[in-house]
Amino acid sequence: MKTLKKLAYVATAIASMAVSHSVIAQQSIDDPARAGYYDTVKGKKVVFVPVFMGLDLTEGWSKMMAKQATALGYDYEVRNSNFNTAAGAQTITSLISEKPDVLVVQNPDVQSYARLLKRAEDAGIHVIQLNMKTNILTTGFVGADVIGLGQTQARAVVAKCGGDTPGKILILAGPPTSPFSAYMLKGYENILNDNPKVQVVGVQSTGAYESAKAKSITQVVLQQHPDLCGILGVWDNTDIGTAAAIAEAGKGDQVFVSTSGGGGELACKGIREGMWQHYVSYDVPGQSRDLNALISAALQDTQVVGSTKTILYTPLVEYTPENIDSQFCWTLDTIR
Amino acid sequence: MKAIIQNMKLDQQAIVAVLFGAIFVVFALVLPGFLTFGNLLALVRSVSVLGILGLGMAIVVIGRGIDLSMIASLAIPTGVVMTLVIAGYPPGVGLFVGLAFAVAIGVANGILVAYAEIPPLFTTLAVGIGIAGIGQSGLFEYDIIPWPPELNVIAWIGRGSIVGIPYSVLAFVVAAFLVHVFLSRTRLGLFIYAIGDNLAAARNAGIPVRPIIILKYVMAAVIAMFAGLVLSASSSSMDTRIFNLGWIYDVILVVVLGGIGLSGGRGGVANVIVGTLLIGTIVNGMTILNVSFEAQSLIKGLVLLAAILLDSILNPRNEETAKQGDI
Repeated sequence: MKTLKKLAYVATAIASMAVSHSVIAQQSIDDPARAGYYDTVKGKKVVFVPVFMGLDLTEGWSKMMAKQATALGYDYEVRNSNFNTAAGAQTITSLISEKPDVLVVQNPDVQSYARLLKRAEDAGIHVIQLNMKTNILTTGFVGADVIGLGQTQARAVVAKCGGDTPGKILILAGPPTSPFSAYMLKGYENILNDNPKVQVVGVQSTGAYESAKAKSITQVVLQQHPDLCGILGVWDNTDIGTAAAIAEAGKGDQVFVSTSGGGGELACKGIREGMWQHYVSYDVPGQSRDLNALISAALQDTQVVGSTKTILYTPLVEYTPENIDSQFCWTLDTIR
Repeated sequence: MKAIIQNMKLDQQAIVAVLFGAIFVVFALVLPGFLTFGNLLALVRSVSVLGILGLGMAIVVIGRGIDLSMIASLAIPTGVVMTLVIAGYPPGVGLFVGLAFAVAIGVANGILVAYAEIPPLFTTLAVGIGIAGIGQSGLFEYDIIPWPPELNVIAWIGRGSIVGIPYSVLAFVVAAFLVHVFLSRTRLGLFIYAIGDNLAAARNAGIPVRPIIILKYVMAAVIAMFAGLVLSASSSSMDTRIFNLGWIYDVILVVVLGGIGLSGGRGGVANVIVGTLLIGTIVNGMTILNVSFEAQSLIKGLVLLAAILLDSILNPRNEETAKQGDI
């Protein structure tokens, strides 16, 4: 009986192998869209105009864009505007006549490039805005919902400083017309207006996100308000200076700092070393994925440029001392 | 009335000193918390790096030159030191290489100005852009370099304090003292005044003009690197983008506002200190008042304009005082 059973198993196995083998051979079908897809994107041109290369954000995005370009066989180029808005405007102007297929732009402020981007789209170039947005909408926007980001930060600070003994807070913004100042302040306002007990003792610009400036402002404000409870910072790299001022004043346990950034290694380091207690990440690896998807969609788009406009706000991630061990803080080597 | 004021013989340094005194008194009376030891320290601390840079610029300007590459000399050699230490080299090696880099920048500036006789304005502008470009495009992974913990042995120059006085303030004081001694007590220092006042006459008197011009730019570059170490230790990072931010104008401002004429041969360390304190006081007071960024720039500009206007009213230029090369 046992032998019979074994024989039956073997027979079934052999039969099924024979059957399935022939099934694979018969079901091998070519994906009808595949060749067309690769042909469409091949040889096209994508140009990135960042505010500044050499930052974890821009280098991370750029690495991922270059990777997809190599994989799909289209040209990818960076034209660095080196923190010079006029130079950036010139670059975009000359790109309008060069006519790449897709232009990826990180805007230094909400106004400067707006008209140029409109002109580029009119000239048939898909414009994707990256993380820093003008006041007009083009083919796509990928990046943080900065108002939402500000609200998230403000909620964390209010939770610390808005209790029974309402505290004083300082707001450190970026350049006045930058999306990361204007929109972020709106987000802060949305929350702080509902919490009138929290006292804002200063709203100061750190210039061009300068950590030295953040440090000296924090020092002066800490002198005036030794009981300062919280600081709403604009960006991790800037708030290195903020943290240095607090550490020198020996008020690390007292002042609650909330900042934001791309979620790179500095984010984790900052939380672990107590530079900031709350960090909102706009997740550069995730953003890069969204960005590459939009680029790919734009390259395949056969409609009139600008007829569809897509916003992809990056899901924000909050880092705190409690959850930091389960967070992934990327570096240029580990970003994939 | 005008004659009375003119009789007081106020030079620009005195005007700026009076302006500084006036603004200081007003802030002290109006702003609670301005006139406290802690705030005054914060005030000086916030401009100490600017002051140190001003000292380097003063040496160059007194010798009738200008060094627009100072911010590059501040950022890039310091960045090199930090990058080497991050890569595992001992701090001593990093500092030596950084210092050699700074000296090389100074020598390059000096040779181009002294021997190739290219105007310093163009020379240092080009060298500065070149050095910043080398740093930003090739030397560093990121443009913002974190302060490596291995370098903490020298971190005290920008952090912490001794008997309540921050080291960065002391760094300014020490640098000011050394530059003052150099300019007013050493032969080389006096030669710099002579060269700035009249280069041809200095050469005829037997002063080795060209080597001293090189020395001048080397000193400026080394002082700038020192300022860079103080700045990066203080804010725990070196942001090499500062080259693009127009800091150099603030440095020139401190020097010229303090009363060191761009035509050379005049002024000293006291001028730099007065100019630095005026800027520091204005910025500090406006931060306490929570004045917006745009308004701060406007007010800063107006005060400077007022100082320069007052000077040209009280000390009108004539054929005797105006010099060739005056900007």
